[in-house]
Amino acid sequence: MEDRPFSDISYEQFLKEERLMGSTCKECGALYVPPRPVCIKCHSSEMEWVESGGRGKLAAFTSIAVCPPHMIEEGYNRSCPYVSGVVELEEGPRVVARIEGVDGTKPETIKIGTPLQSQFLHRGAGEHATTVLAFRPS
Amino acid sequence: MQKRRKLGRGVAIVGAGMSRFGMFKDKDSKHLFADAFKEMLSTVDKGMDPGDIDALYLGNFTNDFFVGQGHWGPIISDLIGLPPKPATRTEGACASSALALREAVFAIASGFYDIVLAGGVEEMSKRSTEEVTQGLAMAAIPYEVKAGFTFPGVFGATATAYFARYGANREHLMNVTIKSHNNARLNPKAQFNMSIRDIMNQRMERAKSKGEPVPDWRDEKEFLHDPRANPVVAWPMHLYDCCPISDGASSVLLVAEELAGEFTDTPLHVVGIGQGSGKGLHAKEDLSCFEATRYAAQEAYGMSGLKPEDVQIAEVHDCFSIAEILHLEDLGFFAPGEGYKAVEEGLTRLNGSKPINTSGGLKCKGHPVGATGTGQVVEIWKQLRGEAGERQVPIKDLRIGATHNLGGTGGTCTFTILERR
Repeated sequence: MEDRPFSDISYEQFLKEERLMGSTCKECGALYVPPRPVCIKCHSSEMEWVESGGRGKLAAFTSIAVCPPHMIEEGYNRSCPYVSGVVELEEGPRVVARIEGVDGTKPETIKIGTPLQSQFLHRGAGEHATTVLAFRPS
Repeated sequence: MQKRRKLGRGVAIVGAGMSRFGMFKDKDSKHLFADAFKEMLSTVDKGMDPGDIDALYLGNFTNDFFVGQGHWGPIISDLIGLPPKPATRTEGACASSALALREAVFAIASGFYDIVLAGGVEEMSKRSTEEVTQGLAMAAIPYEVKAGFTFPGVFGATATAYFARYGANREHLMNVTIKSHNNARLNPKAQFNMSIRDIMNQRMERAKSKGEPVPDWRDEKEFLHDPRANPVVAWPMHLYDCCPISDGASSVLLVAEELAGEFTDTPLHVVGIGQGSGKGLHAKEDLSCFEATRYAAQEAYGMSGLKPEDVQIAEVHDCFSIAEILHLEDLGFFAPGEGYKAVEEGLTRLNGSKPINTSGGLKCKGHPVGATGTGQVVEIWKQLRGEAGERQVPIKDLRIGATHNLGGTGGTCTFTILERR
């Protein structure tokens, strides 16, 4: 049984381990991804970790051409946009993530409802190492 | 169930003014606020002594980051000679000065103060676009930043969800943009006081004078479909769907209702005032609305006893074209999924049945974030008093107007209803 605190730091650690983790309320069964330390439905703080299967479908997306500095560093720019989206997991909750395996230069070809599978993008090294949650068409 | 809100005593607006919004290399925050304050004073019909102001509430979001100075309450207070009277800064991202207005209303309604100045200021354009983007991202949801979302990106994703649900498309967003530019053309304070047609003509003239091939756009939509004229920022948000980077300031004078007659015979009464908070994209139940706006609206309507159809004119937070459509629905002006059709039918134009953003909105008037909330009040002040000049709406017996301000990606939303009696 995982005993890590239900925090964003733990959520990030799990992503590094290629696990998409959320928390579920022991009282009312509500499920949260990313995890919440307190249930916002019944306000119980009796939570436990659950792992998502990482399957879902695209609920909303954007193809970003005017990029923030951390994405420019990854090599994206006006002629090479990337896609970010909202993914509705099979288990119910939604997560925000990078969407890979779609053509950001042809956003009109990307369809809401597309079935997706999670993947983990490892970026940076040493103390700057981080893992970004992504999905690609399954 | 939301309790019906009420003020301890009535509050009225008796003066409102703003600086021009734009990108000014030669104007700092103090200069801009001085412009807004001077204009506000000039609008107090019977005059006022600034020495009678009991307190200042000042909205500002990112001057900490952009100017390297965060303690703006006393700086602006000193600028206009208020010390040792108190000054308080409010922060609600792009809704910062709507929160200043609320604090001023509560301070008067409680009986603590009688005469309060509320306003906002923001100084953004001396930084690069990248730095501004980074500064504004301080109001973003961390999960979204990591997933690569930018502000235009969040609203772009919101648009794709709205399109998929209700069958709208990019052309419907263009209707918002064209309307905003047509209104701003009549607003000398606007950053872009040109219609899309004016911009097209200017571009064609420029090409002709340089001996370059002259673009032959047939109409505004063809111009907006041209990726050279209107490149994508965050699909489906293009350049002309996005508000600009702006500098500016605005200020509003509020007094206890029973004192209003000492300042003017035409005050605006604060009849409804609401605020809500919202969640990030991943946690929203409905991706095609803003829960915080709905809550703020419910609060303001409940307090005023008014319904959405009673609001004759409104300034809404059109940081992106899609946002204006969502607000029309969340504020109850049109049913969910009907907002884009109302815009297409021209109902929100200057001469429509529900004129929206007669100032040109954030898109064209400009969006110096901390100054926007009270800046919206300046437009409603002008319109309800029949002082909006060329852009005065032709509604008979125009009495009730409203302002809707949104902070972050919907984290803080406010709705304020004003009435001329």
